[in-house]
Amino acid sequence: MSSKSDSSFLQFKNVKKSYDQKTLVVKDFNLDVKKGEFVTLLGPSGSGKTTVLMMLAGFESITSGDITIQGESIKRTAPYRRNIGMVFQSYALFPHLTVSENLGYPLSVRKLDKSDIKAKVGNYLKLIELEAFGDRYPGQLSGGQRQRVALARALIYEPRLVLMDEPLGALDKKLREQMQFEISHLHHRLGFTVIYVTHDQTEALTMSSRIAVFNNGVVQQCAPPDDLYERPSNAFVAGFIGENNFISGNVSAHKKKTVSVAVPGGRKIVAQNADVGSGEKNCIISIRPEKIFIQPTAHAYDNEITAKFVARYYVGDFIRYNFRLADRTEITVKVLNDLAAPEFSEDEDAKLVWLTKDCFAFRKERQ
Amino acid sequence: MSKFPHYFSIWDKASHYGLKWTAWAVLFFLMLPILVIIPLSFNVEPYFTFTDGMLRLDPDAYSLRWYKEIFSDDKWVLAIQNSFFIGIFAALLATVIGTVAAVGLSRPEMPFKRLITALLLSPMIVPLIIIAAGMFFFYTRFNLVGSYLGLIIAHATLGTPFVIITVTAALTGFDRSLYNAALSAGAAPLKAFWDIVVPLIRPGVISGGLFAFVTSFDEVVLVLFLAGPGQRTIPKQMFSGLREQINPTILAVATLLIVVSVAFLMTLEFLRRRAERIRSGQ
Ligand SMILES: Nc1ncnc2c1ncn2[C@@H]1O[C@H](COP(=O)(O)OP(=O)(O)O)[C@@H](O)[C@H]1O
Ligand SMILES: [Mg+2]
Repeated sequence: MSSKSDSSFLQFKNVKKSYDQKTLVVKDFNLDVKKGEFVTLLGPSGSGKTTVLMMLAGFESITSGDITIQGESIKRTAPYRRNIGMVFQSYALFPHLTVSENLGYPLSVRKLDKSDIKAKVGNYLKLIELEAFGDRYPGQLSGGQRQRVALARALIYEPRLVLMDEPLGALDKKLREQMQFEISHLHHRLGFTVIYVTHDQTEALTMSSRIAVFNNGVVQQCAPPDDLYERPSNAFVAGFIGENNFISGNVSAHKKKTVSVAVPGGRKIVAQNADVGSGEKNCIISIRPEKIFIQPTAHAYDNEITAKFVARYYVGDFIRYNFRLADRTEITVKVLNDLAAPEFSEDEDAKLVWLTKDCFAFRKERQ
Repeated sequence: MSKFPHYFSIWDKASHYGLKWTAWAVLFFLMLPILVIIPLSFNVEPYFTFTDGMLRLDPDAYSLRWYKEIFSDDKWVLAIQNSFFIGIFAALLATVIGTVAAVGLSRPEMPFKRLITALLLSPMIVPLIIIAAGMFFFYTRFNLVGSYLGLIIAHATLGTPFVIITVTAALTGFDRSLYNAALSAGAAPLKAFWDIVVPLIRPGVISGGLFAFVTSFDEVVLVLFLAGPGQRTIPKQMFSGLREQINPTILAVATLLIVVSVAFLMTLEFLRRRAERIRSGQ
């Protein structure tokens, strides 16, 4: 949108990448990042996320397009002159150097004084709470500790940009959550700019200021986490982020903001228009399981649909229902456990209701 | 109380012992010619056989006579000096060339990888006598026959494949993101290579260098073709010694060579263990 280079710190302009000169791995990548932002590239495995980071770090060439930092193209800058910090998925700690030597390496390369290096390494060891571990070798640390050393090594020379490629992928769930918190904390405290790569949407949602959902080498949507979840701009994003129900139907009326859709069960549904063009006849409606209510309910609603009961699962904090529409589309509903959660017998008809603001109409055949 | 499982029949037990004794016999057969040299080199008499005194373990039947002989004979001293001089410089040259080649060949963007590898490794496969003949004619043009430089280059050619193989093996376990990490930390490519890659592949480099040294050290065919009288090495001296003055000096030299070889083997094993430790990052 805004292409003024002073408003954005890092800019990808129509970046394309092909490894074999035949197929494009990154098709047309555009992204503006402001200083101090925490932007996450989220996408399925093989969607080209690592490739984007590698081009930014300079380990892969850019096939076409350009990447600029502070308005200057980085294409002609060698990787070691880019002043970009990188945290690798494998940590890439130097195994023959101690923790302190690992942290000091970027500083000694920059020819800082020995005493300055020592002081700074001390500070960062304190920051990552590994003061007592300076003389250990990476092989003598646990996974979480190595991760923190890798992080500190990427931050210690205060690079203008920090890249992280699935940095928590090798940790178990509990440690991962703790490290997510620590990275966010450091980001708030030190204010560096981050490009973070992950395929874990929970991680992306909890840490990022903005998320770029990435598929097939194209950014599908780039927005803050709540926008992404509550206002997905196309069917891929709606399906990729969180759980969703999809109902296909025929467009019967097309307004600027909303569309009316005829769905199996005969009813008309009014949904917010995400990306349905004015000429299109078919569309897909998405509605999240926790936004659907089962009649009778005290909640306000705009849309109603009749479905057959299939199953009811007790999950603990909520109850999960499966229903089926006339065309065998499965509908999942989540009901909080503190509400009255009705019982049904098999094939019994139920009325499901929801608000127009919670459901979206998407173009069909996107991919 | 038998060490065999209960289901073993008499035949199973027999074949167990049969296999065991065959294995020992093979080992014995391989080692005996080498081991027998060691006591014989201490023989007081100028014979290649055990004397009665030696069999009785009479101390007077043993001596260091032949060892003294080596170091008082100018020819042997020169041969030993030459062997070490040529071996060390050939190994250094092979190590540098082999390491650089292996690093280049390990890069994914390197074209014609297989062809170049095959060419570089060919001295291991081509019969030595053919290499020797080829080099002889080639070297005559450059006046390299009968020179130290000629022999050093020739032996480095033979040693390079060993270095390529050991360094390539060390590099297969090398995580390229370590090198990238050094680059992104701000190190220029050569510095990143020197600080990060070299220390991690050093055991491979050193063991390749040792192999190259040993190759040069016991090489005789190229020496016969290319060396002048000034460049005679230990193997060549032994070769002519066998014909000229047949006495146990040769056995004493052989014993020394065995000691050197064992020392090399132990160094290699030590390096291998150290490489493993570096890998696991202890
Ligand atoms: N060095 C390479 N050479 C050829 N193809 C590659 C290379 N690296 C990645 N690819 C291909 O590019 C695509 C995207 O890979 P990658 O960027 O690693 O995806 P992600 O990080 O999102 O999992 C994959 O299909 C992969 O096979
Ligand atoms: Mg990846």
